[in-house]
Amino acid sequence: MEKYRILPHTADAKFRAYGRTLEEAFANAALAMASLMWDWRKVEPRLSLAVRLAGRDREQLLVKFLGEVIYLLDTRKFLLSSVGRLKIGEDAGGWTLEAELRGDTLSERHEIHGNVKAVTYNEMKIEEYDGFVLQVVVDM
Amino acid sequence: MELRKINDLTWEIPKQGDMNVPALIYSSAKLLADVKRDVTLDQARNVACLPGIQRMSYVMPDAHQGYGFPIGGVAAFDLDAGVISPGGVGYDINCGVRLLRTDFTEEDVKARRKELLSEIFKDVPAGVGKGGVTKLSRSVLKDILVKGAEWAVENGYGSKEDLERTEEYGRMKDADWASVSDRAMERGIPQLGTLGAGNHFLEIQKVREIFDKEVAGAFGIDAAGQILVMVHCGSRGLGHQVATDYIELMENAFGVKGLPDRELVNAPFRSELGQRYYRTMCAAVNYAFANRQMIAHWVRNVFARVLGSSEGMRQVYDVCHNVAKVEKHLVGGRARDLCIHRKGATRSFGPGRPEIPDVYRSAGQPVIIPGSMGTASYILVGTAEAEELSFGSTAHGAGRVMSRHEALRRFRGEKIRDDLAKQGIELQSTSWKGVAEEASAAYKDVDEVVRVSHEVGIGRLVAKVVPVGVMKG
Repeated sequence: MEKYRILPHTADAKFRAYGRTLEEAFANAALAMASLMWDWRKVEPRLSLAVRLAGRDREQLLVKFLGEVIYLLDTRKFLLSSVGRLKIGEDAGGWTLEAELRGDTLSERHEIHGNVKAVTYNEMKIEEYDGFVLQVVVDM
Repeated sequence: MELRKINDLTWEIPKQGDMNVPALIYSSAKLLADVKRDVTLDQARNVACLPGIQRMSYVMPDAHQGYGFPIGGVAAFDLDAGVISPGGVGYDINCGVRLLRTDFTEEDVKARRKELLSEIFKDVPAGVGKGGVTKLSRSVLKDILVKGAEWAVENGYGSKEDLERTEEYGRMKDADWASVSDRAMERGIPQLGTLGAGNHFLEIQKVREIFDKEVAGAFGIDAAGQILVMVHCGSRGLGHQVATDYIELMENAFGVKGLPDRELVNAPFRSELGQRYYRTMCAAVNYAFANRQMIAHWVRNVFARVLGSSEGMRQVYDVCHNVAKVEKHLVGGRARDLCIHRKGATRSFGPGRPEIPDVYRSAGQPVIIPGSMGTASYILVGTAEAEELSFGSTAHGAGRVMSRHEALRRFRGEKIRDDLAKQGIELQSTSWKGVAEEASAAYKDVDEVVRVSHEVGIGRLVAKVVPVGVMKG
């Protein structure tokens, strides 16, 4: 199954991420965004970071989850290579997410070719039919 | 959507539906063709629906699609009935441009430009994930958020004269560090004094042509061939995080129902949250001013080292491209304080405005418009008419027409470097892929953008400059 597809967008970057489950689609969205900055296939999973997030709806949860990848790059020089143990839950207060982000610390071995500044809600779509499709525009 | 032609360079979306005011677009037939291919005009119309918007939702000649507000959007809101919106400022708060003049000529640097560029590359950190050269403590960062470029000058980066030649004198006084989140601070600490990546760059330029000798002279731009230095960067991860934080806080406080676009989330300007965002945004603006102040200082050091002197390297000006401010403007013949959002637009005040320093008060404010990588940039001057036409605002750059993805598919960074070298332009970057993404063919024609600005009267041509050396983050 195709993980994601990068779509044309004049100023920034747009992608669609696919998954049989919402969890899989979220994980693929993180890889799609990483691909705009580095080649995640070339990053070794040398370390693993646990994340826990909450959002008022699925859209906000997605913005916060992807925002975590940018935050970890800026503050810990962390490059994502894969997402594991991703769980999404819903309760009265909204939505929660837990995941294990695997990857490596930025070094001479890696090339960073783009800079995602932030995750936006612009043209965001979370669609469900025969699996999930997430569409995201990020500010570059 | 109905688009009414007012004249060759002005177009209107008449007030309809939920719009509180019309939208007004300054564009030529050529530029408008690009604008119509994306959702810029829908976004201008959505902005016109926001509460308390005054006069018009304005669109500058370099406009393209943004998120919420268009890039190149200018909107002013009543302080009591109106709003402030993080999407109307953008994620890169106080992304802006600083211009230094020099006493050097093209001949002086010709043989040394490679060395100059590689020394600048060593001294000014750039690229994604690249930390700054200064180890910053949290308490120092707080100082920077409050004082902006003043902090940098107090700590030996540049001179008091630089402050006078910076929008807001390099410090927005309403800044409050206490409402900057820990995450934003954490992102800000390693990145102070870094150029960043993407469309951010540092160029050694030469003056190609002077259009207005008198005003150019007032700005310290004397003759064709004179060397200048332009720095284009912003508030880095700290500013991006502030925008992200306050979009979330406003969503949680006010919800998202009824918004034509979730990125238009906003708060009443006078509300507690509106004020908190405004003051936090001011802190991020200050961080960006300090950032450019430090980078300019290092550039001067490199010139002193390589060419023997940095004397005469005075700052022309430093302008913000993404900001919200309270300014006095005429509405219905009455001077009123309004909250002006400029998202991808430059303030363009004409002679006499009290915000302009004495040295430029009779000429008008210098407006710096960077072109795309390796192409021309322009120096304009603000006009009195601009206040009437666009709340004292004009364009901010070339504006993209092609996606990064498409540019990456079509161009190769190394080839761009070789082509520029043939034209006598040196290029250095942290990433060749990044260079391909920023290929000048992916941008609008900046010559056409400034022509429209000049003819409409929102910013008049002073000088055209071209690069000699380009450092891309």
